[in-house]
Amino acid sequence: MIVTKGLCFSYDKEQYFRFPDIEIEKKGHLLMLGDSGVGKTTFLHLLAGLLKPAEGTVSIEGTDIAKLSHRKLDKFRGRHIGIVFQKAQFIHSLTVEENLLLIQNLSGAGQDKGRVHAILERLNIAQKAHSKGTNLSEGQKQRVSIAAALVNNPDVILADEPTSSLDDKNCTAVTELLKEQALQTNASLVVITHDHRIASQFSNSIRL
Amino acid sequence: MNVYKLGVKNALANPLSTLLSILLLVLSIGLISLMFQITRQLDNKLEKNIRGIDMVVGAKGSPLQLVLSSVLHIDVPTGNIKLKEARRVSRNPLVKQSIPVSYGDNYKGYRILGTSKDFLELYGAETGAGRLWEKPFEVVIGATVADKLQLSPGSTFSGSHGLMENSAESHDHHPFTVVGILKPTSTVADQLIICNLESIWLVHDHGGSEEHQEDEHDHEEHAHEDGHDHEHEHEHEAHIREEDKEITSLLVKFKNPMGMITLPRMINDKTNMQAALPNYEIERLSNLLSAGSKAITLIAAVIMLVSGISIFVNLYKAVRERKYEMALLRTYGASQWQLLLSMLVEGLLIGLVGFVGGILLSRLGLLVLGGYIEESYQYALGSAGIMKEEVFLFIFTILLTIFATILAAVPVFYLNVSKILAKDD
Repeated sequence: MIVTKGLCFSYDKEQYFRFPDIEIEKKGHLLMLGDSGVGKTTFLHLLAGLLKPAEGTVSIEGTDIAKLSHRKLDKFRGRHIGIVFQKAQFIHSLTVEENLLLIQNLSGAGQDKGRVHAILERLNIAQKAHSKGTNLSEGQKQRVSIAAALVNNPDVILADEPTSSLDDKNCTAVTELLKEQALQTNASLVVITHDHRIASQFSNSIRL
Repeated sequence: MNVYKLGVKNALANPLSTLLSILLLVLSIGLISLMFQITRQLDNKLEKNIRGIDMVVGAKGSPLQLVLSSVLHIDVPTGNIKLKEARRVSRNPLVKQSIPVSYGDNYKGYRILGTSKDFLELYGAETGAGRLWEKPFEVVIGATVADKLQLSPGSTFSGSHGLMENSAESHDHHPFTVVGILKPTSTVADQLIICNLESIWLVHDHGGSEEHQEDEHDHEEHAHEDGHDHEHEHEHEAHIREEDKEITSLLVKFKNPMGMITLPRMINDKTNMQAALPNYEIERLSNLLSAGSKAITLIAAVIMLVSGISIFVNLYKAVRERKYEMALLRTYGASQWQLLLSMLVEGLLIGLVGFVGGILLSRLGLLVLGGYIEESYQYALGSAGIMKEEVFLFIFTILLTIFATILAAVPVFYLNVSKILAKDD
């Protein structure tokens, strides 16, 4: 459950963004379409608490994240928000499994190898658990970054251009995967993209 | 998996630069610790060997050479002095104890030293096996000699002329018999073959009747037991031979500091012998050596500084390269302190491995150097424990790595997570 009200943000005087209010239920999803430069990523970072809004509120499961202290926000994000980044990235010196375990550890929720393997199994990359990032294909990397977003059972999944580097076939697959996983983990899903290919897969969409 | 393990994994993920930093540390710590060890071992050894000897009286020449040859037994002697003249010094009221030493032969590189039993007392040497010498050509041998040459009580051998191994001239007609083996003392006594003065005289005196020498031997024994208080008839009887008798030097202990002031000057001015003060000469030698060891320590310190810089540069580079990873970790809930901690583990791993490697290197160096010194001087370095200085060195190394790491980690605190993650590339 994520609700925003009157969100505004500015990097400087020329760039001032005003974002529409959104409200997404548990298991609900929202697609935000927009061209480059309209502040898509900025909006996502506001939702994730990576940026502080100039005005307005973001509340996740009833917590206004703009009011949390730095330290608390870090922990809150680790535990309640899963982010799928535009370019699949993880720690290169660690294996896939170690990456996911570290993410669990950092959220403070405790490590659970069983859950890590269950997620990798679900995303069909269990056989790559002990490989490092450099040995994965682009599609596999994207799956790992989805696994990374899901591993802590977040309440909100934020996906930033998850399909921009994928071909049509993989694009549809990844979008379906995100929706399906969000449903399974009882999370709200926000996908932000300029990729019109996936517009048809979402019933609920906003144009920025 | 946690941030500490992440630090270790990160260090291992970059093996070349990690290895370079470690190597530099190993080198500098190895050198510094080796210098500490050698300086201490030599100081210790020198101090033990000159303890109880206030003055050495020998033939004129270099005073340092006299001390090196007669006290430390690592140089050739300056020449011989007349026993009669040496006795005159012994009788001086300021002299508490005087020990004559005479040498010039070796057996397989180990010196054969003629002296009185006071010599053993001076170095606290006791027989571990067998007994002390009773008559000429009976020897007791130091622990190192016994060990290296595999000699035991009852063994016989012939010395050869000169102090170096493989001298051409050997004294086959005067074999020595080992009667005792000394317990280890960590002094020069360990690497000597010790007998009475008569043995040395007899080896080098090919004429003369056996009877006469026996006689003389009795007299000598007497003289020493009575603490240089000569009985006149004996001296008269052996007068002519007394005249010819020579020793290499006389080791003197004073009754009080007054001796230090008056006696050396008296000997140097009024006799054709010279007096050398071991403490003074050894200090001079130490000063000469310490210039060298200081230079090496300085070089090692510079290498250590470079290794500190290398740790800084490598970690700083890593921070820049891993900016995206760090931003990711922040989104997963890692605090800045946790990132710093992870880097500290990475830095300390280098510091610890470098220190342990350095200490191992220094022990290896000590072993090699000790072997070399022993081979050329029959001078054994002892085995070494961890020194207080090395504990300080450890603390310093750790502080250096922590400092370098924190300096490199400064950007972690200015990480603009949103900006880094928003970048497309």
